Amino acid sequence: MNGFIDIVDTYWKAYLWTDGYKLSGLVITLWLLAISVFLGFILSIPLSVARVSKNKWVSKPVWFYTYIFRGTPLYVQLLLIYSGLYSLDVVRNVDVLNSFFKEGMNCTILAFALNTCAYTTEIFAGAIKATPYGEIEAARAYGMTKFTAYRRIILPSALRRALPAYSNEVIFMLHSTPIAFSATVPDLLKVARDANAATYRSFEAFGLAALIYLCITFSLVWVFRRAERRWLAYLQPRRAK
Amino acid sequence: MKKVMVSLSVMALAASLGASAKDWKEIHFGVDATYAPFESKSADGKIVGFDIDLGNEICRRLKAKCVYVENDFDGMIPALKAKKFDGILSSMSITPKRMEAINFTSKLFNTPSRLVAKAGAGIQPTAASLKGKRIGVEQGTIQEDYAKQKWAAAGVEVVPYQNQDLVMADLVAGRIDGAFQDAVMASEGFLKKPQGKGFAFAGPAVNDKQIMGEGAGIGLRKEDTELRDAMNKAIADMLKDGTYNKIQKKYFDFDVYGG
Repeated sequence: MNGFIDIVDTYWKAYLWTDGYKLSGLVITLWLLAISVFLGFILSIPLSVARVSKNKWVSKPVWFYTYIFRGTPLYVQLLLIYSGLYSLDVVRNVDVLNSFFKEGMNCTILAFALNTCAYTTEIFAGAIKATPYGEIEAARAYGMTKFTAYRRIILPSALRRALPAYSNEVIFMLHSTPIAFSATVPDLLKVARDANAATYRSFEAFGLAALIYLCITFSLVWVFRRAERRWLAYLQPRRAK
Repeated sequence: MKKVMVSLSVMALAASLGASAKDWKEIHFGVDATYAPFESKSADGKIVGFDIDLGNEICRRLKAKCVYVENDFDGMIPALKAKKFDGILSSMSITPKRMEAINFTSKLFNTPSRLVAKAGAGIQPTAASLKGKRIGVEQGTIQEDYAKQKWAAAGVEVVPYQNQDLVMADLVAGRIDGAFQDAVMASEGFLKKPQGKGFAFAGPAVNDKQIMGEGAGIGLRKEDTELRDAMNKAIADMLKDGTYNKIQKKYFDFDVYGG
């Protein structure tokens, strides 16, 4: 117990937001999670619509993209983007690419966003495919164009039904953030490693990190539970009054 | 009965005298032979290296025989206390934390920390020279401590890495302007290898006793003070008469003893 208090005493700032010089720990982990999940979400909506398209020239490239990013470990993707791409002269000789890929943070966000976007695309595409016939027929009967039907009927319905699977993806993404330090991004686990190396109190150093991860996960679960209760209310069994 | 008692007590006395006045015919050293060029195994299975040559020289001066016992580094201190060997000769840095458990001889060497950068980069390991530059360090090392304490506050961007290989990879890729690490590691593991072409040490070695410790010595049990004194004398003598220099020239092209 004393070990815990010692580590909290010395390292609480580093665990939560700064090591004294730069941001570190929880703030970095949350930023990585938020930005990559946000970008992944925005991109995945058009991609999932493309993924279910009947036109092969539209759906196959998206299939290929999700196949690649779901078929390789995120760690490998990060190393490829961080170390691999930057070792190419093409990347280093173009100013824009050079300044983008020089930053470990940019590489990490790119890798994370592409990865979670691939999974999210498949989740949403699955939900779109599972849209009940009746809803689509009703939209047609009202004379909606394809775009309007997607906007008003199919996507709102599909995104709601995708919520439980999507919440898992967000939590998996949180649990993937500790690899960010391979690209020199000082996330929560990096701080725990620092504390471990300096104090030899491994159980306390990593235990504290685990507790913080648990808190984030619980908050995420809570938020998604609320969201499901609100937006999936129509799928729930009726409560007796 | 009395006779027996007397002879028994004489034997006991002799035994106890023998133990305390042990004159170290053989000295057993614990070695983790995975840290070239300090200690490693040659192709024919012999333990060799700079530490080993120093150990042999110390034994020669103490008129004892050196025996090397292989042991993993993390189990050295418990094994020393359990008398599996009499000394730890394995590049063990003298730190206050270890001093609580065991004793050390005076230092055998103090491998300096040095900055590596592109040849001709013209940077020095000082806050003023490195301002605005990016310097890579391995997480948890004394170099990271030093760079953060002395440079980061002055506007140097200190980037910690998970391991030394990643630091070197990014140095080659050009993501960082310099890498700060153990000079011997940098010279043996990077500069002398093909990937280190075009890179060189930038500026002199960095020494800071407060942050980086005072070098590595031989770890000994606390009660073996005579052995420590004898070894300290041997180390001081070989430094004075040039033997140390002769041995270190076999391995290094710079001074590993440190100031």
